[in-house]
Amino acid sequence: MSFSRRDFLKAGAAGIVIGAFPGLAFASSELIKKKGQRVVVVGGGFGGATAAKYIRKWSNNKIEVVLIERNPMFISCPMSNTVLGGGRTIDDLTMSYTELKKKYGIKLIKGEVTAIDPEKQTVMLADGHLKYDRLIVSPGVDFMYDKVEGLNESVANTSITHAWKAGAQTVLLRKQLEAMPDGGVFAISIPKGPYRCPPGPYERACQVAHYFKNNKPKSKVLILDANPDIVSKKGLFTAAWNDLYPGMVEYRPNALVTKVDVASKTAKTEFDDVKADVLNVLPPMKAGAVADMAGLANVDGRWCGVDFLTYESKVHKGIHVIGDAVSAALPKSGHMATSQAKVCAAAVIELMQDKQPDQNPTIANTCYSMVSGNEAVHVANVYRFNVEKQAMVAAEGGGVSAKRSELEGAFAGYWLKNILNDVLL
Amino acid sequence: MIMHRTLLVVSGILFCTVVHAEVDNHARNLAASCYACHGTDGNSEGGMPVLAGLDKALFVTQMKDFKSGARPATVMHQHAKGYTDEEFELLAGYFSAQKRH
Repeated sequence: MSFSRRDFLKAGAAGIVIGAFPGLAFASSELIKKKGQRVVVVGGGFGGATAAKYIRKWSNNKIEVVLIERNPMFISCPMSNTVLGGGRTIDDLTMSYTELKKKYGIKLIKGEVTAIDPEKQTVMLADGHLKYDRLIVSPGVDFMYDKVEGLNESVANTSITHAWKAGAQTVLLRKQLEAMPDGGVFAISIPKGPYRCPPGPYERACQVAHYFKNNKPKSKVLILDANPDIVSKKGLFTAAWNDLYPGMVEYRPNALVTKVDVASKTAKTEFDDVKADVLNVLPPMKAGAVADMAGLANVDGRWCGVDFLTYESKVHKGIHVIGDAVSAALPKSGHMATSQAKVCAAAVIELMQDKQPDQNPTIANTCYSMVSGNEAVHVANVYRFNVEKQAMVAAEGGGVSAKRSELEGAFAGYWLKNILNDVLL
Repeated sequence: MIMHRTLLVVSGILFCTVVHAEVDNHARNLAASCYACHGTDGNSEGGMPVLAGLDKALFVTQMKDFKSGARPATVMHQHAKGYTDEEFELLAGYFSAQKRH
């Protein structure tokens, strides 16, 4: 007997009625009845989608995987700055989740988790609950709007964007740049680290400058960096600004933005007020809200401490955290999220089969930044588990590009194609 | 000498059921971090070389040449320096056994 979606919804409704009687464990329906071993993955970004796929692939489909994601489509944050530069559209970065269901038998639930019960091994959603043997949380980042007076989610969605999750805000920011008169100022505010994608803000400055150079050559790009210096690929970015966009890009270190005025698009730092035509403020970041639901963010109240052999939370057994939300000396990048997801997937399978996980996880990161329409630079490192430190530590030999090049620009495009296929197809 | 070899064979049989799977998984896990550029199981969709089905000796030679600088590269010289020669062997073994699409 097979359940159609309609039957499934009816069963759900019946569950709510039954749940209304006192004495039953849950006042909501079990969305998908748990039979065998099950992993629930919360968050279908680079980390979560990869973990879901690789648990199915490496367990020979023996472990049931339910992936919960609130967005209908996957939109890649890596390379989304090129939407601002004009090299890509948001559609070029948008992919469907359906192959994960069709090829790997992952059960997809579009929805938001409202609570996690680590004791009962249950996650709650608005319309029911799911039981799990192990939970993988891949919540990405959330924004600490309260650290910037005048800023909130609604302002970010309509006026002073962050566009630090690819999607509607990316498109809005591009439109704001298009509407800006020649001779205007685009200002970007960078929070203190750690934040998602360390080189991303400097790449964005390049992409906006690239757009200005070709369309609004009298305009300026102003970088207000809360950090004392350029966080990533410093020499390569400054060379790009000087060579490709001379006189257009201004960099200000130690410029912590604490307040914005929405009406006048003014950013206030300790030292002065900066008025921009297009203002782009990246608020300080922390682990995505789902992490808070189970008190997983135990490092500075912002990031999640994990065991690097399994990515199991230091707070709760049976709950694993991967990706940007993890507290680690690893860059918060898409490639790192997929690499962590695979270590976690392998370990979860082994733990569920009462085997010892890999004791020597070794992972790589390659991160490309587009500094013009067709040239890129990279930073690359191998990271390996250090037993004494119980941490992932950079191996010998990592580094950045010798110089920007069109060859690396092409590689950046192929990187995107290959990693998206690896995550979703 | 013969006894020594016999011992090795016997111990190999004794441990292979337990150890073998874990060794394979370690190689598989190592390889998996390469897929972002080289495609799932080394089946790159373009740009970066396909590693699936690549001759084992050729793989190891290329990695050693990246590591020494004998073969110039944009990024692979940096990655190669992060891995040991033993890991080159494990990676070569894993990728050579993958089906090329």
